[in-house]
Amino acid sequence: MQLTLWTYEGPPHIGAMRVATAMEGLHYVLHAPQGDTYADLLFTMIERRQKRPPVTYTTFQARDLGADTADLFKQSVRDAAERFKPQALLVGASCTAELIQDDPGGLARSMGLDLPVVAVELPAYQKKENWGAAETLYRLVREFARRPEHVPARTSCNILGPTALGFRHRDDLREITGLLTGMGISVNVVAPLGASPADLARLGEAHFNVMLYPEIAGPTAAFLDKQLGQKSTRTVPIGMGATCDFIAEVAELAGIDAGPHLDSAHAHAPWYARSVDSNYLTGKRVYIFGDATHVIAAARIAQDELGFTVVGMGSYSREQARDVREAAKRYGVEALITDDYLDVEDQVAALQPELVLGSQMERHIAKRLGVPCAMISAPMHVQDFPARYAPQMGFEGANVIFDSWVHPLMMGLEEHLLQMFREDSEFSEAPSHLGHAAAPVRAAEPVAELVAAPEGAVLDVAVLEAVPGGPPVWTAEAEKELGKIPFFVRGKARRNTEKYASECGIARISIETLYEAKAKVGR
Amino acid sequence: MDGLPGRTVDTSIDAIGCDARPVLRERGQREVFCGLTGIVWLHRKIQDAFFLVVGSRTCAHLIQSAAGVMIFAEPRFATAIIDERDLAGLADANDELDRVVSRLISRRPDIKLLFLVGSCPSEVIKLDLSRAALRLSRQMAPAVRVLSYSGSGIETTFTQGEDACLASLVPEMPVVADGAADLLVVGALADVVEDQFRRLFGELGLDRVAFFPPRKAGDLPAVGPGTRMLLAQPFLAETARLLEERGAVRVAAPFPLGEEGTTAWLRAACAEFGVSSARFEAVTAAPRERARTAIARSRPVLDGKSIFLFPDSQLEIPLGRFVSRELGMRLTEIGTPYLHRGHLAEELSWLPESVALSEGQDVERQLDRCRDMRPDLTVCGLGLANPLEAEGLATKWSIELLFSPIQGYDQAGDLAELFARPLVRRAKLRV
Repeated sequence: MQLTLWTYEGPPHIGAMRVATAMEGLHYVLHAPQGDTYADLLFTMIERRQKRPPVTYTTFQARDLGADTADLFKQSVRDAAERFKPQALLVGASCTAELIQDDPGGLARSMGLDLPVVAVELPAYQKKENWGAAETLYRLVREFARRPEHVPARTSCNILGPTALGFRHRDDLREITGLLTGMGISVNVVAPLGASPADLARLGEAHFNVMLYPEIAGPTAAFLDKQLGQKSTRTVPIGMGATCDFIAEVAELAGIDAGPHLDSAHAHAPWYARSVDSNYLTGKRVYIFGDATHVIAAARIAQDELGFTVVGMGSYSREQARDVREAAKRYGVEALITDDYLDVEDQVAALQPELVLGSQMERHIAKRLGVPCAMISAPMHVQDFPARYAPQMGFEGANVIFDSWVHPLMMGLEEHLLQMFREDSEFSEAPSHLGHAAAPVRAAEPVAELVAAPEGAVLDVAVLEAVPGGPPVWTAEAEKELGKIPFFVRGKARRNTEKYASECGIARISIETLYEAKAKVGR
Repeated sequence: MDGLPGRTVDTSIDAIGCDARPVLRERGQREVFCGLTGIVWLHRKIQDAFFLVVGSRTCAHLIQSAAGVMIFAEPRFATAIIDERDLAGLADANDELDRVVSRLISRRPDIKLLFLVGSCPSEVIKLDLSRAALRLSRQMAPAVRVLSYSGSGIETTFTQGEDACLASLVPEMPVVADGAADLLVVGALADVVEDQFRRLFGELGLDRVAFFPPRKAGDLPAVGPGTRMLLAQPFLAETARLLEERGAVRVAAPFPLGEEGTTAWLRAACAEFGVSSARFEAVTAAPRERARTAIARSRPVLDGKSIFLFPDSQLEIPLGRFVSRELGMRLTEIGTPYLHRGHLAEELSWLPESVALSEGQDVERQLDRCRDMRPDLTVCGLGLANPLEAEGLATKWSIELLFSPIQGYDQAGDLAELFARPLVRRAKLRV
């Protein structure tokens, strides 16, 4: 048993739902107890889908367990086939139905339906959402993909990976489709987003595959390579460098020259990164956590395209842990592989980054610690489905990333002005275009809290005696001096000073200690 | 859509008790939450209780999806996720549970009451949480009391989770001693609503009033013969039954929604304790007038409009009664997950003859009926709301009717506005 307060990924049948909901002409009959229908709201509320997911739940109750849940399942299959008239049925079980071992696949196949039935077995007590999505796509493709009669002469590819409830999948797909079309390559089938089972049957007519999200499309791409000899791209085109690598990879697979396609008049991000205002971004300490694909891509962008320093990175994608660990070596950090957000919080608190890139959970961790944050990964929040076009992939994706990572930070010129006028009373508290007082939580604590006080003791300056072996105590003058430091670095200055004082065995922090620490601990 | 065979395996029309009104009973896909969802408001209500679901990743995912941002505020709930090792017998599930609980309690020393909450998987593998609770209670006494109940979807629908939770507390309630409360208000209410009711009861001369559940685990009210219980929520069948076993007598009343419902609810308690009608009128006149004024603001938008309620929290019948009698809305169908004839007798007598009642659900067939009727407003769960909006139907999320303070005089206007807002918004938008 694992104590879990919050989970990055849902159970594997949610992954299957993401595939089924993305597709057309497919209906998923899920053997599941009453209550599992909560999953519909992920799609209708978080993604604001206008249709219910194409899922029929058996919603069995205790009284059904005594009777015949297998009959209930078959009835649900019959009704779903009749009502929705899909091209194919997907059948499976959620965690509870897995325990009652009704064998949805066997039951559905025994019914003599005049439509194909694909069974997915998703071990709910071992695996998670992305694995479930990958397995489901693989099973569907295995069932429907055929060796083509002939491959059309015009170079085409399939795009594999985009699903419902994916981080910017809709916009990434549009961006990459445009990029490929611009290279003279037509898109044969996109799967699963928008594909019907009949479309999956045509997968073999493409010359190669473009794999957008390896977590989801990996097993399918490997299968199509082995079965139909279709090679697949490996590079995920997130960031300028990766987009160019991707174009080169595509060009090679298509047998064309990449050269003319490596530039885009609309790629503003590289110039913005080189512009003088971006100088202040140099060496900003960034912490990255999310799914493997986005984390690996984000680390490369952070270091190579924005000049940040990656101080820590990690992922909840255990299946891709090796790739993340490998990538982390490039930045001289060790990857944190965990699905416990408390581990992530501890690491962020310890590393004190100046920017966190993560999922909605990291957004909250960062908010708590007073660190700016930008979103790069699922799990999905309603804010991660912007109304505007906001891809992560391709040249426009690089532009979007530049904006969304840099805007949470203090603007360069603004930062310099604040330094110059920091004594000015109007600038004393949170004078920023950000509006919110991003005061670090620790820094906002009264000094008194740093001293372990007996319960009920009245705390005032008089009792602020250094406790032997306890944390160092600030003198009033040092505290005042600290107040002159701009708010957005004050928390860091406080922490660095305290750390320095502790290491040197200094019990009372004076102005002297503050500047000693600045000289020795500061980056 | 007519003529499509539905998945209903048991559609029957039944008459309710003395009320001859037919009820359509359906069995099919139920688009409802399970009882675990009750944790979302119960953990806010009992401020030193912790809810540990013993379940699967699905349970954890459900609760975080339903709780939304609440999950980030040091939640007092968590899931002990059963994994392959527990199922294969490689790990003793009870040892594992003890380990998880001791880790939890060491991290949260503020916890005084721990609920082990059963789920579908824990029920199916027959993990005996009541025995585990006894064992853990002995180990951790007196610092922490451990209780158990089931919030599983196979046994409970949404608000029945609160019923199961409160039912598990009933045996813990002290026996009535001298000076104990005479009136026990049963069902979780928002603190602000509870305070208003306490003030009103005080002005009415009823000082010995207790609310259940209490805000602190240690403040469980006493119960015994002589206790009069007044249900504040319509979904507490089992809790009420257990309280009756302990001697409490239920005061029959409608539920405190709207001016009329609140008045009847208070009046029923007052009648029980012999409060004079002069005093009742004197105390309630001003708040009643306030409630009527507040409700009147929304009435022009809603008067004569038709409404369809999908089953969700068992509040549907009292809500339907309120919108019909105080806002002039025309009821088409009221669905409820479970219809408790006894507790809802007063409410049912206030419903117009024309409304169709349904119990249980076959969501596809119910959607067919809803689309046929094209009501001006549809009250439904989050899974259905946006798809129906996209089909051109105005909807009100039912979950908001449970999570918002809606009971009592000073919330009556807010409750009316919750129904009016979707229509007001539609009228405003020009996109």
